[in-house]
Amino acid sequence: MMRSKRFEVLAKRPVNQDGFVAEWPEVGLIAMNGPNDPTPSIKIKNGKVIELDGKKREDFDMIDRFIADYAINLDRAEEVMAMDSLKLAQMLVDVNVPREKIIELTTAMTPAKIVEVVGNMNVVEMMMALQKMRARKTPSNQCHVTNVKDNPVQIAADAAEAAIRGFDEQETTVGIVRYAPFNALSILIGSQVGRGGVLTQCAIEEATELLLGMKGLTSYAETVSVYGTENVFVDGDDTPWSKAFLASGYASRGLKMRFTSGTGSEVQMGYAEGKSMLYLEARCIYITKGAGVQGLQNGSISCIGVPGAVPSGIRAVLAENLITTMLDMEVASGNDQTFSHSDMRRTARLLMQMLPGTDFICSGYSAVPNYDNMFAGSNVDAEDYDDWNAIQRDLMIDGGLRPVSEEEVVAIRNKAARALQAVFEELGLPTITDEEVEAATYAHGSKDMPDRNVVEDLKAAEEMMKRGITGLDIVKALSKHGFDDVAENLLNMLKQRISGDYLHTSAIIDENFNVISAVNDCNDYMGPGTGYRLSEERWNEIKDIPNAIKPEDYD
Amino acid sequence: MAINEKLIRDVIEQVLRDYSFEDKAEKEGKKADQVVESSVEGMELKEKGVASVGRRKDEVVVAIAPAFGKFQNKTIVNIPHRNVLREIIAGIEEEGLKARIVRVLRTSDVAFIAHDAAKLSGSGIGIGIQSKGTTVIHQKDLLPLNNLELFPQAPLLDEETFRAIGKNAAKYAKGESPNPVPTKNDQMARPKFQAKAALLHIKETEHVKPGAKPIELEVKFY
Repeated sequence: MMRSKRFEVLAKRPVNQDGFVAEWPEVGLIAMNGPNDPTPSIKIKNGKVIELDGKKREDFDMIDRFIADYAINLDRAEEVMAMDSLKLAQMLVDVNVPREKIIELTTAMTPAKIVEVVGNMNVVEMMMALQKMRARKTPSNQCHVTNVKDNPVQIAADAAEAAIRGFDEQETTVGIVRYAPFNALSILIGSQVGRGGVLTQCAIEEATELLLGMKGLTSYAETVSVYGTENVFVDGDDTPWSKAFLASGYASRGLKMRFTSGTGSEVQMGYAEGKSMLYLEARCIYITKGAGVQGLQNGSISCIGVPGAVPSGIRAVLAENLITTMLDMEVASGNDQTFSHSDMRRTARLLMQMLPGTDFICSGYSAVPNYDNMFAGSNVDAEDYDDWNAIQRDLMIDGGLRPVSEEEVVAIRNKAARALQAVFEELGLPTITDEEVEAATYAHGSKDMPDRNVVEDLKAAEEMMKRGITGLDIVKALSKHGFDDVAENLLNMLKQRISGDYLHTSAIIDENFNVISAVNDCNDYMGPGTGYRLSEERWNEIKDIPNAIKPEDYD
Repeated sequence: MAINEKLIRDVIEQVLRDYSFEDKAEKEGKKADQVVESSVEGMELKEKGVASVGRRKDEVVVAIAPAFGKFQNKTIVNIPHRNVLREIIAGIEEEGLKARIVRVLRTSDVAFIAHDAAKLSGSGIGIGIQSKGTTVIHQKDLLPLNNLELFPQAPLLDEETFRAIGKNAAKYAKGESPNPVPTKNDQMARPKFQAKAALLHIKETEHVKPGAKPIELEVKFY
């Protein structure tokens, strides 16, 4: 057959490198509204759930049991289950029904019921609902700071830049596991050079992650994964109870934490039990609620290639974010993994959370070029900064970022690199040279950085843990070398875990170390004129992109 | 790579087969006593009974996943399993150490496979490899989900990397602190390979025998 020239052109478009598949509901390769999803039901006897979503208590698996015993507000459950799901969906969108009212109903639903409710909604309605249902009134954003060489100087510089660009939370991880203490140290110092109050974490094996937190090298955690079927859970040697125990470990040390889950993980691991991805994800969200955890990172996350390949998959990803807010929890809403070769698709996927605003629009905007992103790439990276700022300005929305000048970025990167250099010197860690400081000041990515002696670094990182270095040692080191302002910021971060205010739902910390959370910044959206609105100050900041031509520049 | 519908159907068929998991486990349980020799192109694996903990300080145990070189014969980017194993062994031998090969059956999770290898190894150093190519260097005193070196992006692992992995494992076994094999990263690996990875992992997981002991293997290349 002679080839159509148009089809030849289309075949070369980036979107056609993406994977798309047809639905196969029988085995769970369906985003939502699966024909095998259970019918909503609940039966309660003597304060105990004896039937949940068509299953009798004696047939419960461990997830059903955990949800039935801990995750549902039973006082209103029978009343809500008797209500029409379509009516409930309409109430979610209705601006005249306040969040505080409908949250009493949504937290009393079963997983099958909540999935049925959101199944009635299109994406615009879901965005309307998300705008109202997110717990914190002010939206925010989180970034990834990593690099392929685990270069600590570069991490510090990138973290400082990310902080002045507006990220309230920063997450690092490692290429080589044994680098973890240095990565945690570098992102901590860099972030506090950029702006006091930024929360940092190091995503790593769970026990080590907790240890880093206890030592004061991180201020929150996120990589505590839960799954929607028993088999996948057991594969990781875990149960809902063991995860709840870990969560309480963080709480007891005054550390913020959230769980992680997402559509597609059960299919990816081969144990989907024929249920839709959204129904299985709803079970994860209920596990999180039942464990008493304040928030959840979801929006498919690392399995985005799976829902991204089926019809209505990106709608399901939005629905899982929405359900998290309906259970009155913080949502860090994904947009953190490469999902498409197409710039149009990745933007469309992003707008679902960026337009309504969430607690963290990205749970990992790559603050480095994607080649350095050790979470295997994010949906948006450092090369998209100006696009992001332009979209905020075009649509007059708050995506959490702000335009910055080259001068201030260069200055802050340099200061972060020097602060880390001083701390390394004081703690007797392998020298950071002036050449490295210079390179990190001007670098875009690790290709611009000189190599370090990795073996020496790894030895020193291990010793640093053995020597029992804590946050306080770093405060002292900074102060001794003239970085009193940074030392003060770090000390203030350590104080947070004593007051514990930032354990409240959706907490972030501002530059004056005030905690902003769902407790003192509740979302009161009820239509135009209510809820979060850009302040004049914030709008001026968003408007002022450096490359806009100004009338006064011309005669 | 276009992820076509056929590929996904294959994935699904594998998932469906998992529904009859119990029957299958029973059948395979009966087979377990028989002596099995499996061969893929250029490599023969002879099963020599339950593997025991080694006493030699100069060995590195290499544990292969349930389907490796038996039900599957190449990685996610089509490197023959023969070459993968040959390169790893060569890397270990270049450092003057001995490679001992076992098959882990109780799990398809590469962290646990590698940790099992380390616990069997006289030096305390082990390597775990999945059929799709994902590899971990482990040490017996570490937590299972920690590791010495992890190579999570299977599509980026070539023969040279596998040799370097063997070499480094041997160096750890000798008490040295080698430079880790340089980390590679491709941010587009997910949109390209996620479905294929799911397929291969499901196929591997099909051959897991819960609770089964690791099997000592004799390897011949030809």
